[in-house]
Amino acid sequence: MSTSTSPIRASSINGAALSVEDLEVAYKVRGVDRAVLRGVTFHVAPGEAYGLVGESGCGKSTTAYAALRYLPRNGKITGGRVLVDGGDVTAMSTGELQRFRATEASMVYQDPAQAMNPSLRIGRQLIESFTLLGQSTEQARQSALEALRRVRIADPKRVMERYPFQLSGGMQQRVVIAMALACDPKLLVLDEPTTGLDATVEAEVLDLVRTLREESDAAVLLIAHNLGIIRALCDRVGVMYAGKIVEEGPSRDVFDDPQHPYTVGLLRSLPRHGVRKTERLLATIPGILPLIGTVLPTCVFVDRCPLADETCRTVEPPEAPVGDDGTRFTRCHHRDRIDELVDAQPDVDIAILASSETTPDVLELSHVSKTFHQRGVAIPALVDVELYLAEGETLGIVGESGSGKSTLAKTILGIEPLDSGGTVSLDGHQMEPATGGRSADDKRSMQMVFQNPDSALNRSWSVRRILLRSVRKLTGITGRAANTKVEALAAQLRLTPRHLDLKPSQLSGGLKQRVAIARAFAGDPRIVVCDEPTSALDVSVQAAILNLLADLQSEQRTSYVFITHDMGVVRYLADRIAVMYLGRIQEVGPTDEVFNGPHHPYTEALLSAVPSVDGEPTKRIRLGGEIPSPANPPSGCVFHPRCPRVIPGVCEVNEPPLADVSPGHAMRCHIPIDELRRLQRDGS
Amino acid sequence: MSDRDEVIPTFEKVISTPGMDALVASDASAASAAAGTPPEVGPSGGEQLSERQQARRENWRLIRRRPAFIVGVLIVAIWTVCAAFGDRITPHNPLDFRAGTHLSPRAKFPFGTDEQGRDVLSRVMAGSRDVLKVAPLAALLGVLFGVIVGMLMGYFGGWLDNGLGRIVEAFLALPVLLVALLAVTTLGSSSTVVIGVVAVLFTPVVARTVRSAVLAERDLDYVTSAKLRGESSVFVMFREILPNVSGPIIVELTVRIGYAVFTVATLSFLGAGPQPPSPDWGAQVSGAFRVISAGIWWTTFFPAAAIASLVIAVNLIADSVQSVVEA
Repeated sequence: MSTSTSPIRASSINGAALSVEDLEVAYKVRGVDRAVLRGVTFHVAPGEAYGLVGESGCGKSTTAYAALRYLPRNGKITGGRVLVDGGDVTAMSTGELQRFRATEASMVYQDPAQAMNPSLRIGRQLIESFTLLGQSTEQARQSALEALRRVRIADPKRVMERYPFQLSGGMQQRVVIAMALACDPKLLVLDEPTTGLDATVEAEVLDLVRTLREESDAAVLLIAHNLGIIRALCDRVGVMYAGKIVEEGPSRDVFDDPQHPYTVGLLRSLPRHGVRKTERLLATIPGILPLIGTVLPTCVFVDRCPLADETCRTVEPPEAPVGDDGTRFTRCHHRDRIDELVDAQPDVDIAILASSETTPDVLELSHVSKTFHQRGVAIPALVDVELYLAEGETLGIVGESGSGKSTLAKTILGIEPLDSGGTVSLDGHQMEPATGGRSADDKRSMQMVFQNPDSALNRSWSVRRILLRSVRKLTGITGRAANTKVEALAAQLRLTPRHLDLKPSQLSGGLKQRVAIARAFAGDPRIVVCDEPTSALDVSVQAAILNLLADLQSEQRTSYVFITHDMGVVRYLADRIAVMYLGRIQEVGPTDEVFNGPHHPYTEALLSAVPSVDGEPTKRIRLGGEIPSPANPPSGCVFHPRCPRVIPGVCEVNEPPLADVSPGHAMRCHIPIDELRRLQRDGS
Repeated sequence: MSDRDEVIPTFEKVISTPGMDALVASDASAASAAAGTPPEVGPSGGEQLSERQQARRENWRLIRRRPAFIVGVLIVAIWTVCAAFGDRITPHNPLDFRAGTHLSPRAKFPFGTDEQGRDVLSRVMAGSRDVLKVAPLAALLGVLFGVIVGMLMGYFGGWLDNGLGRIVEAFLALPVLLVALLAVTTLGSSSTVVIGVVAVLFTPVVARTVRSAVLAERDLDYVTSAKLRGESSVFVMFREILPNVSGPIIVELTVRIGYAVFTVATLSFLGAGPQPPSPDWGAQVSGAFRVISAGIWWTTFFPAAAIASLVIAVNLIADSVQSVVEA
């Protein structure tokens, strides 16, 4: 990792490419100016990458947009200034601002598809960004080709001829980055550049950004909620809370040895270091981010801080330097007591869940296939899936998007009926393929928690009505007893009675997800299918939800099918993991074995794609290419075109069977297990 | 991972008032957290309004201050009062009173008198009754049919959507007035027939609106969740989805009332509606417009202006409602 190539001192302001000085921004909402940024100061040197982290709503995106003076109509800079390469952005006229944005600063957004015009060919859009700089069309064409080569696009001529929708997400983001680099900017702002991408693609884009940084001396400002990405890419990091930077320093130091209670809280709420649910609960940060515009005269974190005392409420904490070299500071009165925080481990009161050997299987999938038909073309989304799920067990399902994870969930639940020939059995009896045909008891026994609680809860129903309906429908309880049950359910999910009378829109994301979980548990289900239940939430909220799920499971011995792309989460929660690729199970086994290896080459690639906040040396296995179309799967082992360990002449001929490599651990690979073990240990 | 609730990504969110909660994207990791916000709420829950409710309430207040809305409501109110009390509040009996024929507007007869010497003001006032009875009922019925058809199309999709869709398109291609006229002349010109015909003719338009709103809802997870707990299609359509598409439906209703007023008045102008000596506006215009060339404009102008005022008033209200519902 090429971090901290040039430890920049906070004092070296003069040479900074980007200087944000005491920046204050307010949004006018219903006639009142509400402060969002409360004096943000940081400097980024040329060639340096600076990351901003914090929960949603803390002001990191506002900071990024304000740096280009690109605020919504109701937003305005109320104080401080932004200097890019010495020019004061806040004082520029409209014309100057336009020139500045065209030639000195660029931005890459979260969704590459929205950053491009869908009806123009890539070439035309890219050429335009060069003609804007005054180049002739022919020059611009050459520059465009060069720009595509620069972002490692192998066949730039062909890509130029394509429309955005014909490119994969990763390719699109490359093109957007190429456009952003067209003017050779002094400042490059990346706002969640990989958030919409799969882990394997994300890894590629991150690699690209890393190499590009070495080639150019643009200052990079990176916004990401994923701390691992910040650690992997940024020299320095600023931790934001409620419109203030509460801690700043070299990213490695800040993440390894946080010196602000908020940073400590953020890091501890991540499932890290291979910790499992049976070992301890995840830490959460109690309370909520203050609303924008709230008057916060002293320490902004005071209401959520376990260390807070009277001083914190009366005196604004100054920037206290950490270490002697002047590269770090924290805004906390109680730096000396930070260690108390780290030591305060959460209670370990989660009952150790019995292993699957002694418990009966609740769910059994046998020869489950699902084929979609589109305009006469058969698209196999699931191919001969064999799985079981024991009582009280969590089965994690991982894989890139398009691997069939969600289809598997829908097929189990009967939302998409499986193809004939396969069976889904619950407690030993075969269930009807479609939900509609299943008995009331089968429906009660299997429920789902969705990814996006906004979509999963009926926004015109109150929480009480949502839960009441599920209780009545699933358990048959009516009248007062149903009400009692709803209240008990709410209490179990740590919702207060007050919440019951609110509509979903009045709840925060975490509370909404609790309601969705409560609904799934209304009929005391045997199995709950969770489809990325925490991916839309902040890490501290994610921790609370994961704790809750673990709690409920230990109380009720519910089994989970847990779909996720987050390896940290799945490692924390799952007892066993199934890795899917192109609708096929490639590997399935106990969590520890899948993580520790030897693992399937695809699993290996997935694991090494994840940027870790701990900065552990990751073996760099990068998957080239994209997931092939399920309508036209590759011959032999479907993974062979992308497999880094492919055996020519074998893998493309026969599809390997899903064979046991040790008890309970099966894999679909031609490479003998001992050979895999040796290869992966050597890190080749 | 989606972090879309972040502050900036969609600027509209920040600008429009209800987007407030997008700005305060935050979370309670402990449920008790929300208790940190304003005072305890009694069981009535009246005290504390969420941001969104507050925004909606403020929007309503804004609307009530809009001159367009006030004017619209005022005009509709005037005509409603006239329709409700009819000849009990008219200066003269709209049917039996006789004065000199074709008297021009003057102090005694502000709107003049017609060819039979009846007071035009009294007749215009009394004439609101038919249209105010028929038009809203027709619109309401049309929206009701439209909601049912649109809901079925949007929810079930597939061949049902295709089949009904073709019928809807066929209906949309027909000139409303011509078909209405044809139907009324065939079936008779009673109010019931007019209401039924106008309602049927409005159904396809409403169905199309409702269908597209339902399409956006159908694939949301709350519908999946309802299916998972075994709800019937009728329940999902009318209890789960309907409240969420009520906005466009209300807008459609107000807009349709405006059109219905116009259609009903035109029908009676063409003779397919209340017959003489009814003071119905359309009938009055139709009985009087031939004498305009003789300089007798008031017998046509005032009932015509009445029709126009009601249509405009309803549209003013519709616009205001739309701006609130779609905010």
